[in-house]
Amino acid sequence: MTLALFTEQLLNGVQFGIMLFLMAAGLTLVFGVMGLINLAHGSLYMIGAFICATVAVATGSFWLGLIASLAGAAAAGAVMEIVVIRRLYARDHLDQVLATFALILIFSEGTRWVFGSFPLYLDIPPILQGAVFLPGGVQYPLYRLAIIIAGLAIALGLYLLISRTRLGMRIRAGESDREMISALGVDIRTLYTIVFALGAALAGLAGALVGAIQSVQVGMGEPVLILAFVVIVIGGIGSVKGALIGAILVGVVDTMGRILLPQFFALFMENAQATSVGSALASMAIYILMAIILALKPQGLFAAGA
Amino acid sequence: MKRETIINWVLGLGLLAFPFAALYLDEPFYVTLATRVAILALAGVGLNIALGLGGMVSFGHAAFFGIGGYVAGILSQHAFNDEPLFTWPLLISGTSDMPVIWLVAIVICALVAVFIGLITLRTSGVYFIMITLAFAQMIYYFAISWPSYGGEDGLSIYVRNGFPGLNTLDPLQFFLICCAALMVCLLLSARLRDSRFGAALQVARQNDVRLAATGIAPLNIRLVAFIISAAMTGLAGALFADLNRFVSPSMLSWQVSGEIMIFVILGGVGRLFGPLAGAALFIVLEFYLGGVTEHWQFFLGLILLGVVLFVRGGLLGVLAGRRDHG
Repeated sequence: MTLALFTEQLLNGVQFGIMLFLMAAGLTLVFGVMGLINLAHGSLYMIGAFICATVAVATGSFWLGLIASLAGAAAAGAVMEIVVIRRLYARDHLDQVLATFALILIFSEGTRWVFGSFPLYLDIPPILQGAVFLPGGVQYPLYRLAIIIAGLAIALGLYLLISRTRLGMRIRAGESDREMISALGVDIRTLYTIVFALGAALAGLAGALVGAIQSVQVGMGEPVLILAFVVIVIGGIGSVKGALIGAILVGVVDTMGRILLPQFFALFMENAQATSVGSALASMAIYILMAIILALKPQGLFAAGA
Repeated sequence: MKRETIINWVLGLGLLAFPFAALYLDEPFYVTLATRVAILALAGVGLNIALGLGGMVSFGHAAFFGIGGYVAGILSQHAFNDEPLFTWPLLISGTSDMPVIWLVAIVICALVAVFIGLITLRTSGVYFIMITLAFAQMIYYFAISWPSYGGEDGLSIYVRNGFPGLNTLDPLQFFLICCAALMVCLLLSARLRDSRFGAALQVARQNDVRLAATGIAPLNIRLVAFIISAAMTGLAGALFADLNRFVSPSMLSWQVSGEIMIFVILGGVGRLFGPLAGAALFIVLEFYLGGVTEHWQFFLGLILLGVVLFVRGGLLGVLAGRRDHG
């Protein structure tokens, strides 16, 4: 394998990881602050992608679509929180899993009802089309590079929001002691809605960004959701830093595994057999990674106080 | 007799009587529907041991359901093509004999459960939910990408496997086999619940430390319960494959884990007949709504959401009142 191909795949892995981070950040915040498992987070991802595709086609502008997807997913998240999720905080995880599973059914089928079963397509905005030349003769799609940069910027923004602003201070306080911060006069219900909408907006953004690379269709959220769960479990539930590191780890291991494992087995097996063994193992790689990490550190890499 | 006991009898006899009534009314399709209920209820009975008695919220029971299905599919394919499964170190050939298939499915699911349980039971709470899910996904992707047994396309069982002395191709006889399996497992789980082991398992759910203080290791109790639970769900999977004469990775998908969990919760967590009530209600809703609208999942979601939010304790909770203890 050439260095150029290796670098390209590594970047693909990082880009995939960044996408997972956008999903995982919301999940881990919601779990850390409210103690809630939200299976319907994948539906918010799907909603973001559908809004972006619809608005982009209607207005002809990808950027308007992106803004609409952020706002739309945040609004959908806020409504979801106020109508349903709010009633689940005091329940056990079992009820939360079941209720959010029901939400998935409602959102998926509702979306299919409105948009039909055929996938929508979203074009990459003209300014981000084409490729860039990186040092070392590597050619890489500009759009994917832009996703990496945008994702890292969001990660930085999220870090600053949580560690430097008043809202972030309240979020951290809500994580450690919810009775105390409501006794101090913070409106905890509104805070929860804001956190949930923030997570929803990030998921919607991820959906919109990925929508331009893949097709936009019903059920696109659930595979990503499960990977995002793997990410937050690896990173330590409640930890945004853990989510970032876990996401990039998962993205890189998954992408590189698919390339490297078949080649590795080809060293001492027939080609066809090596491909099947390698790809089978590669598709399991991140789950094996997760099992190993949890066997060694049952609370994940960066266990938060939760 | 307690109200719950009466309801249990009604549920059990109702399931048994349903296909006969269907045949009397000349609606043979309903026999298949009842068979589905019996099999899915059996999967739920398995999960209920882990979830209801032991408090282990496994979101990965589709793994065992699917493995059971694949055991049935693989063994019968080898028997059909007359190819041995292994030639070394022992000659092992396929089989189309249900009891043998069940035994293999139970043993393999139990072994997989030992492996998964030893890793997952070190964690608890939300970590346990997620890691059981991850193991199921691991097996799901393995089934998709492993080409020998159909990969993504799945595996057909050309002739339904046989049971000595019975004609399994007759829907009614196959239903009776499934119903008998369900009843045996229900009886087993009732015995289990009332045994010393069952008492220890329920304490493990309620208070780990207290159990450890009495000299019983909670981990061992949980592991054994997890294995029994997995074996029952695996048996259900083998029957399900025979019902559809088809196995595919979709039996391993996380939606199946969710559905098995729904049967248990809809019926009432920890209730002996809860999974039967839940599976029956789910299948009836699916069938009825599916006949009314193409978008039945939307309404199913709404109903489920309503049940979780407003009906505590599931169907049996409504009909029979609160659980005795815990």
